[in-house]
Amino acid sequence: MIAFILRRLLASIGVLIAVGLIAFAMFRYVGDPVNQMVGIETSVQEREQLRHQLGLDQPTIIQAARFLINAARFDFGVSYQFKQPVADLIGARMPATLELALVASILSLAAGVPMGVFTALHRDSALARLFQALSLIGISLPTFLIGILLIYLFAVVLRWLPSFGRGDVVHIGSWWTTGLLTASGLKSLIMPSITLALFQMTLIMRLVRAEMLEVMRSEYIRFARARGLSERAIHFHHALKNTLVPVITVVGLQLGSILAFSIITETVFAWPGMGQLFLQSIQNADIPIMAAYLLLIASLFVVINLIVDLIYAAVDPRLRIQLHRAPV
Amino acid sequence: MKLPSVKSSFLAAIAVAAFLAPSLAPSAEPKILHFAFQGELKSVDPYQINESFSLSVNGAVYEGLIRRGPDLRIEPALATSWEVLDPLHWRFHLRKGVKFHEGQDFTADDVIFSVNRVKGPGSDLKGVVPADAEVVKVDDYTVDFILKTPNPLLINQWDTWGIFSKSWSEAHGATEATAMNATTPPYAGLHANGTGPFILVSHEPGVKTVWNRNPNWWDKPIGNIDEVVFTPIPNAATRVAALLSGEIDWMDPAPLNDQARVNANPGTEVLAGPEVRTIFLGMDQTRDELGHSNVKGKNPFKDVRVRKAFYQAIDEDAINKKVMRGQATPTAVMIAPSLFSLSKDFHRFPFDPEASKKLLAEAGYPDGFEVQLDCPNDRYVNDEQICQAVVGMLARVGIKVDLNAEPKSKFFASISAAGGYDSSFYLLGWTPTTLESFNVFQYIMGCRDPKTNWGGNNVGGYCNPKVDALARKALDEPDEEKRDEIFAEAWRISLVDDVSYIPLHQQALAWGVSKTTHVIQPPNNSYRFAWVTKD
Repeated sequence: MIAFILRRLLASIGVLIAVGLIAFAMFRYVGDPVNQMVGIETSVQEREQLRHQLGLDQPTIIQAARFLINAARFDFGVSYQFKQPVADLIGARMPATLELALVASILSLAAGVPMGVFTALHRDSALARLFQALSLIGISLPTFLIGILLIYLFAVVLRWLPSFGRGDVVHIGSWWTTGLLTASGLKSLIMPSITLALFQMTLIMRLVRAEMLEVMRSEYIRFARARGLSERAIHFHHALKNTLVPVITVVGLQLGSILAFSIITETVFAWPGMGQLFLQSIQNADIPIMAAYLLLIASLFVVINLIVDLIYAAVDPRLRIQLHRAPV
Repeated sequence: MKLPSVKSSFLAAIAVAAFLAPSLAPSAEPKILHFAFQGELKSVDPYQINESFSLSVNGAVYEGLIRRGPDLRIEPALATSWEVLDPLHWRFHLRKGVKFHEGQDFTADDVIFSVNRVKGPGSDLKGVVPADAEVVKVDDYTVDFILKTPNPLLINQWDTWGIFSKSWSEAHGATEATAMNATTPPYAGLHANGTGPFILVSHEPGVKTVWNRNPNWWDKPIGNIDEVVFTPIPNAATRVAALLSGEIDWMDPAPLNDQARVNANPGTEVLAGPEVRTIFLGMDQTRDELGHSNVKGKNPFKDVRVRKAFYQAIDEDAINKKVMRGQATPTAVMIAPSLFSLSKDFHRFPFDPEASKKLLAEAGYPDGFEVQLDCPNDRYVNDEQICQAVVGMLARVGIKVDLNAEPKSKFFASISAAGGYDSSFYLLGWTPTTLESFNVFQYIMGCRDPKTNWGGNNVGGYCNPKVDALARKALDEPDEEKRDEIFAEAWRISLVDDVSYIPLHQQALAWGVSKTTHVIQPPNNSYRFAWVTKD
């Protein structure tokens, strides 16, 4: 098992280096960072001097290598726009994004799983059809449109919820901030988390439904019925448990895409998270922030994949044996 | 970025208290102004970027020796008066009894320190004080500026050149505007200490910035705001929603498409006015062959008839009506009417496609030609749509235009001096930071000289030494009226005789404001919290 983890960690370093190189190769196309840092009247000489100070006059490969070497020491440089250390900027934004992603994941699970079970068990009921129709909306409507519609309804027309921002936050420890402990923070969380959760919820509901239908047809369910177990025990003890293995995998992997999707949600709701920071940094050609963010997201995906693999092994004994025998 | 823990637990306590017992709130409610902008406040150090938003917002904390009134007229601020002893010698008398927010006295040393800081490394405002000017302290409240060349516009940009406290900056290692290779976070990028009407409470870059009223300000504020909370809201629809729902009192810009909705809502309105920014089209007049055209071996824009043909093919009234929804002000000069007293004497060449075709035929292009139009798509009001309209209008006279619309970060990278002025035909906007004509001649009309940055933003490379000579002559003229007469002559040569540019319009600035919030909108789009009153 330890050898497996080590092998995966080595591979992930390769992934991160590749991400860094590809990112820097693309930064050439976002425009000139120096242009975004100075006023329009600034002379060519001053611009060139700044470019030299930033090392932007060096070849892309050297810039990328320098970034990766510094990143290995957790030094992500200074933001071109804010003139503050990138680690501080991202660190200050991280709690907002993680909180949003976490709440959205819980929401999508808490709503998606029961809806999936229900639609599988009562395929022809009116409610199941309604859920199915809703899930179609969740999958087909783009996130920003759902966000804007929610804002229009609940902030502008009904005035129940705030349209932007994170409300009041409470500081915990030296760097974590949470909106979960204030009324305005909780209110602010509702619409963004629903917007972000909707797609995942739909996915989970459809997945649970399909798996459940599959499982309900299998022999051991018929056997359980023959044993005279109650419907309730069959559905939730035998059937649901067996459907959850693939659901765990998907949910784990989707956590990464929730973070990625949050860029759009955060921009729509002016949610002060990493996604908004990243989008702003693209507009400003703020290379240090872009590079650090991409590396962070890549690391998150690597870690999530690793954890999912491990959980999978823990849940399914057959995989455990394979892990011992075959290299990845 | 992070609030000190005492303050934060205090804020948390307030939040909890407000949640548990809203009825216990004190009767005299503080007037809190919620302000939103599409972009973020990059830094609270005003020297860091020469960008109008940052300069204007930081102006609430840092004051200059002069300031500008609602009509942009120059008023005394930290200097109570000044005299020009001779054209090379200016004397400033400083206001006595002014204190910085953290208690330091304001004296001549702070002015001299601020001169060095603004000319020093990391500063993007180096132009506000001539590089060769010498600054001399006469006594604690008198400062002399000794110049090498006369400059009647010396103080024109000083409203946004805020004065720093010398002792504060030295105590916190903030004597230089942030150098890019700094390893420690710059103190003045997160903390501020000026003399202005508002005190910075907290600044979370790109998230939120809060100011409190300065009770010890030397002047009386026109408005009644106790606290200002600024949030960047990049998404236009969200910004509009936040205004409609009453969560914010004031936002900029109100997108053209949503202005009807903002006005239809009973509690909000759009405050629109002409901005001092001029939008214009420029043409490459230097290269022997255009970089982006099908005409080979020659440059059609070198022929004044072609430039005039382009001018007369463009129906600016239609652009204003259809694209700008009637809110722009079509213009014949490259400077806003409010900044140039003789602008009424100038008229656009009439829109006349037939005349345009004839001019093209005379110039040897009866069937027109192809050229690329470079255009930003996120910089000016409806910039890309203006360019699309131009494409259609030029097609009618046989010019096939390939539109190359790009985000500003890419657009400016290629058309700027650093990008080698790589454009044949482009759309650009310009606001003279000095709020008068000379700045436009210096940066947009002047013959390019990379050594002095004269003509540094003259992308098309138009050059007429006569125009340059007139602009420089105007600088020697201390009388404003006579100066404008010289400028008028220079405008006539460059815009009427030479058709150096195709001015389009002054774009409108449009703020969304709640009807209970009364703001003053100066045409240079500056946000003055001290002028805001809330019912």
